[in-house]
Amino acid sequence: MSEPLLDRVRSIAADVLEVPTATITPATSPEDLDTWDSVHHLNLVLALEQEFNLQFEPEEIDQMKDIQHILDILGSKVA
Amino acid sequence: MVAVGEASAARRALAELWAHEASPSAASFVVQRLEQLRSSLPLQPYRLAILRSFTVEPMVPLLRAAAFCAGIDLTVHVSDFNAHVQAIMDASSSLYSFAPDAVVLAVQTRDIAPDLWNDVTGLTVAQIRSSIIRVTDEFQAWIRAFRQKSSAHLVVHNLETAAFPAAGLLDSQSNSGQSTAISEINRSLTTLASEQTGVHVLDYDGLVARYGRACWHDERKWLTVRLPISAPHLNDMVQEWMRFLHPLAGKIAKVLVVDLDNTLWGGVIGEDGITGIKLGTEYPGAAYQAVQRTLLDLHRRGILLAICSKNNRDDALDAIENHPGMLLKPEHFAAMRINWTDKAQNLREIASELNVGVDSLALLDDNPIERQQVRVALPEVVVIDLPSDAMEFARRIRDCPAFERFTLSNEDQQRGAMYQAQREREQLEQAITSREDFYRSLQQEAEISPLTKASQSRIAQLTNKTNQFNLTTRRYSEQQISELVSQPGWNCYSIRVRDRFGDNGLVGVAITKQNGATAEIDTFLLSCRVIGRTVETAFLSFLADHARSNGATYLQGWFLPTKKNAPARDFYSAHGFRAGEQNGDGTLWTLDLTSNSLPAPEWIRLHIVNGDK
Repeated sequence: MSEPLLDRVRSIAADVLEVPTATITPATSPEDLDTWDSVHHLNLVLALEQEFNLQFEPEEIDQMKDIQHILDILGSKVA
Repeated sequence: MVAVGEASAARRALAELWAHEASPSAASFVVQRLEQLRSSLPLQPYRLAILRSFTVEPMVPLLRAAAFCAGIDLTVHVSDFNAHVQAIMDASSSLYSFAPDAVVLAVQTRDIAPDLWNDVTGLTVAQIRSSIIRVTDEFQAWIRAFRQKSSAHLVVHNLETAAFPAAGLLDSQSNSGQSTAISEINRSLTTLASEQTGVHVLDYDGLVARYGRACWHDERKWLTVRLPISAPHLNDMVQEWMRFLHPLAGKIAKVLVVDLDNTLWGGVIGEDGITGIKLGTEYPGAAYQAVQRTLLDLHRRGILLAICSKNNRDDALDAIENHPGMLLKPEHFAAMRINWTDKAQNLREIASELNVGVDSLALLDDNPIERQQVRVALPEVVVIDLPSDAMEFARRIRDCPAFERFTLSNEDQQRGAMYQAQREREQLEQAITSREDFYRSLQQEAEISPLTKASQSRIAQLTNKTNQFNLTTRRYSEQQISELVSQPGWNCYSIRVRDRFGDNGLVGVAITKQNGATAEIDTFLLSCRVIGRTVETAFLSFLADHARSNGATYLQGWFLPTKKNAPARDFYSAHGFRAGEQNGDGTLWTLDLTSNSLPAPEWIRLHIVNGDK
């Protein structure tokens, strides 16, 4: 996992989920953040799709249980 | 707490960020900063409800960010899925308790007309016809019910046609196909909207077509999360809503100030000369003719054009008057500043010459340095961002939502000519020394009429856009005005003014309410076009006479100061009113009608039109 990918995801997630960047770690999940509801989850998906210029499969969106899963899915698609 | 100067710098930085990257994460960032800055900035609060049959939630932060950058503090209420019928029909619904200023009704073809969308190939011609009638009737019922229950504006999305008609080529071989049926519903919808005040159509079908049906849709997002619009186009939907929000919230530009070199023509007139500049029907001059054609469209929409250019005046005027490629002529420009003075100073002078606030100006200039200087010096000016490629210019102008209007009055269409007459008037004023001689020489005639159906839209327009000579700055929709006037004791009058140079049109509005011995002026405003010509005295004199003949002994009115209405500040005191109660927002002024007369200036011929309200 390259550092820049983690940084980019943390920065986008912090903006979309309305929390300081420091709050976002690979382990952060919807359980940890009140703001991470279904609407914000969709906003996060759209923000990532726009930032990385790609589309997630519905199954991939379902697998995004925490930041680490997002990094894994992105890593496999960006590579 | 952020200081005001820092807040406006922060706002500029956020607007730049947003112009550079209108992404979901930027939107979220802008909206969060908005929450911190809103109390330090002069933002216009606005409440928008969205009734929808699809997912709009990801667009809400984008919309709020875009609105914030336009100076609007937008609160958005989103209805439940497909709950629009209940929301509209039930007077106790959350829609009405939200008290929106405007409502968007965004329903997809597939939801309101599933038969036409999914099963059209199985329908007979008669069944298609009855579907068209059913859908049209539904729209009619919703619009009428909404109008009865709310005076908010209603923006209705029309219906999109299919990217791939179900019958393939056959669809366009007869007049009973899917596309024709949907177009017919859309035509009826336009008619329905035009029959009601404050109901506007958003051409969703045209919007989708502009970006391409195949690109607009995202089938997997539709099937998984009911979001039919693909991520790259979410912001295009938002920008289309912004086109409506600008005129709705009064964030409009009345004057477009244009540069000359490399903006109205290619090249530099001072160096290339009239034969060297690029302007004509062929590339590269065609790009600049396209700019001029766009400006001509704005001129016909009632938007004034002005020139601000660093040039030698004679060179520039020669090109404007004599270059064969010029579509714009000197008479299209209401003001000109062709000199070597700095742009911000010239813009201030143009605003003052045309009697508008600096925030009514927009700037079109190819030079990014000049644009930045104006952004910093005059943050209230709408600065149109231009790329380096001139072929993009015309589109950027057409994209600018500050030029959008819902209605076009005769005044709007003739505004350019009126300002030309104004220049002649000012020349006369300079030639005549005595004020009274000047007033007499104008040969003014004023006509005061009660509210009519025909004048209602212009009256509402004036209450919404008049900032300077406006005693209370109360904004009313057409609907609200007709509701006010239907109450006992309330009246609304308008004044038209003609003079030897032409018709100024409907230029003033007064709304009054009389309760026993006291008549109160709720609204009194005059277009800046006629300020300083004693028309305001004639109008006020009429209100005093009218109140007196209805048995009033006191005529009262509030002056509510704003950043812009200083020209009206001394109006009541200059006419013998006495200052009384102050409520923090302003001062209540009173004239004792039994001991004071308020004569109309003898140099204005006054016609009073009687009529039922």
